[in-house]
Amino acid sequence: MDATDDEIRVGVFICHCGSNIGGVVDVPAVTEYAKTLPNVVYAERNLYTCSSDGIDSIKRAIQEHNLNRVVVAACTPRTHEPLFRKACEDAGLNKYIFEFANIRDHCSWIHMREPEKATEKAKDLVRMAVAKASLLEPQEEKKVSVEPKTLVIGGGISGMTAALNLARQGFDVHIVEKERDLGGMARQLYKLYPTFVDALEFVNALVKEVEAEERITIWTSTTVKEVEGYVGNFKATITIGGEDEVLKVGTIIVAIGAAEFKPDGFYDYDGSRVITQLELEARLRACEEAGDFSELGGKRIVMIQCVGARGRKFSYCSKICCTTALKNALVIKEKVPDAEIYVLHRGINVYGEYEYLLIEARESGIRFVKFGLENEPNVEGTSVTVYHENIRKELELEADLVVLSTPLISTPEYEQLSKMLKVPLGLDGFFYEAHVKLRPLDFATDGIYVCGTAHGPRDIPESIAQALGASSRASIPMARGFVVPEAITPVVDETACVKCGICVDKCPYSALRLDDDKLEVIDALCKGCGTCVAACPTGALDQRHFRNKEVEAQIKTFFCLS
Amino acid sequence: MVIGGGIAGIQAALDLGDRGHDVYLVEKKPSIGGRMAQLDKTFPTNDCSICILAPKMLECFDHPNVTVITNAEVKGLEGSAGDFKVKVLKKPRYVDEDKCTGCGDCAWACRLKERFPDDFNMGLGKRSAISLYFIQAVPRVALIDDEHCLMLTKGKCGKSPPCVDACGPKAIDFAQKPEEIELDVDAIIVATGYDLLDPSQFKEYGYGVYANVLTAFEFERLICAGGPKEGHLVRPSDGEVPKTITFIQCVGLRDRGNYPYCCSVCCLNSTKGSILAKEHYPEIETYILYSELRAVGKRSQEYVDRARDEYGIKYIRGMPGELLEDPETKNLIIKYEDMDSGTIERMEAELVVLNTAPIPGESSKELAEVLGIAVDEYGFFSPKDPLGAPIETEKEGIFLSGYAQGPKDIPESVAQASAAAAEASEIIARKSSRGDDEGEKE
Repeated sequence: MDATDDEIRVGVFICHCGSNIGGVVDVPAVTEYAKTLPNVVYAERNLYTCSSDGIDSIKRAIQEHNLNRVVVAACTPRTHEPLFRKACEDAGLNKYIFEFANIRDHCSWIHMREPEKATEKAKDLVRMAVAKASLLEPQEEKKVSVEPKTLVIGGGISGMTAALNLARQGFDVHIVEKERDLGGMARQLYKLYPTFVDALEFVNALVKEVEAEERITIWTSTTVKEVEGYVGNFKATITIGGEDEVLKVGTIIVAIGAAEFKPDGFYDYDGSRVITQLELEARLRACEEAGDFSELGGKRIVMIQCVGARGRKFSYCSKICCTTALKNALVIKEKVPDAEIYVLHRGINVYGEYEYLLIEARESGIRFVKFGLENEPNVEGTSVTVYHENIRKELELEADLVVLSTPLISTPEYEQLSKMLKVPLGLDGFFYEAHVKLRPLDFATDGIYVCGTAHGPRDIPESIAQALGASSRASIPMARGFVVPEAITPVVDETACVKCGICVDKCPYSALRLDDDKLEVIDALCKGCGTCVAACPTGALDQRHFRNKEVEAQIKTFFCLS
Repeated sequence: MVIGGGIAGIQAALDLGDRGHDVYLVEKKPSIGGRMAQLDKTFPTNDCSICILAPKMLECFDHPNVTVITNAEVKGLEGSAGDFKVKVLKKPRYVDEDKCTGCGDCAWACRLKERFPDDFNMGLGKRSAISLYFIQAVPRVALIDDEHCLMLTKGKCGKSPPCVDACGPKAIDFAQKPEEIELDVDAIIVATGYDLLDPSQFKEYGYGVYANVLTAFEFERLICAGGPKEGHLVRPSDGEVPKTITFIQCVGLRDRGNYPYCCSVCCLNSTKGSILAKEHYPEIETYILYSELRAVGKRSQEYVDRARDEYGIKYIRGMPGELLEDPETKNLIIKYEDMDSGTIERMEAELVVLNTAPIPGESSKELAEVLGIAVDEYGFFSPKDPLGAPIETEKEGIFLSGYAQGPKDIPESVAQASAAAAEASEIIARKSSRGDDEGEKE
């Protein structure tokens, strides 16, 4: 059979899906109906269009009937579109001439008790799909190359771990650290749980490994000034000693760590007799170096948990403070066996296997007092009073040293980096991932990843896992060498565009840019959500594969206007 | 090779596949998806669990670099990092995976239609002797239960088995035999997840004796729109919507006689369950009896605060002593010590949900022996260094991820899965830089 180039020849394939669709929708009737629609030159029904028989049948029909548009009415594009698109490609067609009608979820499932109406709706959906398919155009997918280099921002344990793994996978890595030395917050710690090894020894061993790695370039005392570009092609300007340097990288990992909340105004915090856990760690380190733990500040120690956390200033639980307090209490008990330690808490949040720390702490004589948010302890001089919820009595404790467990918090740097990279922060101030459950290390913007405490409070083993995870995520586009954005990105009608920038603000993926009075679509970042098209006040944007005329044709045919 | 096809295994396989490595994903059950597939919603966003997981399951199955082997277990290992030989035993499904389209017509036709408790729905629904593991199963291929199928147990099912007659693509094959497969891989990721403790051993809770005492996973299936009751939260005893539900925390957990660890997820899981119950039926009163309320993950404390302040979920710090059943109403009388007031209290609940311990997999000891890696005192796989090398094992080239490594929630499992993929990629990179032969499966 011959067809002229511009003749639209639509083939429609309607699936019974066993009894899944066929048990409700009158599939033979829908098939006969499809044959009557404009541009349809062929229609058939299959028991399973997705089975190998069904796929072969599509390919055969494309050849025999010279089809140049294909519609499948079956289940959901979410799961089956790739399969049918591939069948079209195998038969020599461009995959973008394929259109899907979901008559399972939208008809036989949801209207299973109304088979007649379900059948009518299936006819409507097929008619709409044919109307759109008739206007579909072949699209070309453009490959975007990816520079196989990573910029890791932050040289703490997370950043170093990610960098090491990437280097060992064969990628070049730049680590940018604002401090003079690599190591991050772990440098300020004394012992690390759960193995109670020396923090400095642990960090220094890691730094040595990083320094020995040829593929890693270390930039200390360096800050990131500006980042331009998109996945595969970032240009980062860094500043070192007043000089700017430009790094070209394909991916970026955010590993800037967090800060300890300084509890000014809480419990007479003064940094000497009332200190934070981090200050306690420094003091323990100093005692160790002096070989004398009597310099700790006394033997009667009271620790207060959740200072500033869980509803006081910050709403979240900082996850690590209970384990940290127990660790430090156990360390003190080992060094100063006759120390009297009380931990005042609002529920001890040790979780998972760390439960044993609580058991050990109790066995070593550390005492625990539970208080409520409405009954906070009172610190006055050396006297600490607290209402003990379990024995329902006011206790008065003598304390030489009060240690406040304060949460990890974000820093002003977060805001700057968030703006620079165009990635969001959550209400808690930490970086906000693409999906809380399934994409914890990605941002919605491709090519940028997050790990460690920049993502939220967590301990070292969890940070290491996240760092390795972020490294895996970053390695994917770099190993492939390119990314292929789906050809469903908008095109700009320059004559209609008034450069108002509304689309730029609305785009959740930072895929639009208004440069030198020209609106640019960065295909590599676009996910084809269509928000910009809907937002454009002048109709200057039109999305490929979802052209306004295609969508309008669907709507018109639904209302039988065409 | 990735062992275990839950969310951790799927993520690890996808990362490696996307990275360009070939992957075998070996799953013991007839479908990938794991525990997450059984959840109704996930905290703290109340996203529908299967709706966010199913696309990943399919992506994994359809991935050109990933070979999913279901209904299979690892039985032997030889060699070392970069050059492992793994023996996998694939049990017969008695259904041809290439032919079956997953329509489910066989299950409708089965002579033993809807006779047996359905594993995926925690026994709350019934399945036939041939059935899909669940509606969104991947692969969407039926499986014959060789314990009950008349053809497999008696050699005869009427004149001709109705499933064979009903099957359009002629996929049923009673002659299938167990198959031993040997696979060459560079690295192995263990992501076998967890089992659930059977709470009937705790006589005081009356599980299995009192009709209206459920486990948390039974509750998930009950309240799930895709579950056996289509999301109608009804009591097993009378099919009525309960007016009060009490969740009991830490069953078998944080208990030196049983499992001394904290499961890391139950506080939030019960919070989620309470919110869901309230969303289905706003008039339900929900109580959570706990001894420590731990909301440590990202956005977790905020979730609990919202449950308490906006949904009116009542959290009571109290240890239940025992449960009694009112023989007439089948309501449960819970005696507990209110730890805030120090008094012994009684509460009546129309439905009780026990948050039972997620425990190391039944077969993880055996797997540990096969792989030559260690388990810790609780039975979770031991990392090489719980501080600095949480993903590695003592054996080079074998990595851990997800709950099998120790208690954690979904995002931490996903992060670990990607981490294990990164470690495996390092092994492969090292091997190819040595110039060994490439192209083996990961």
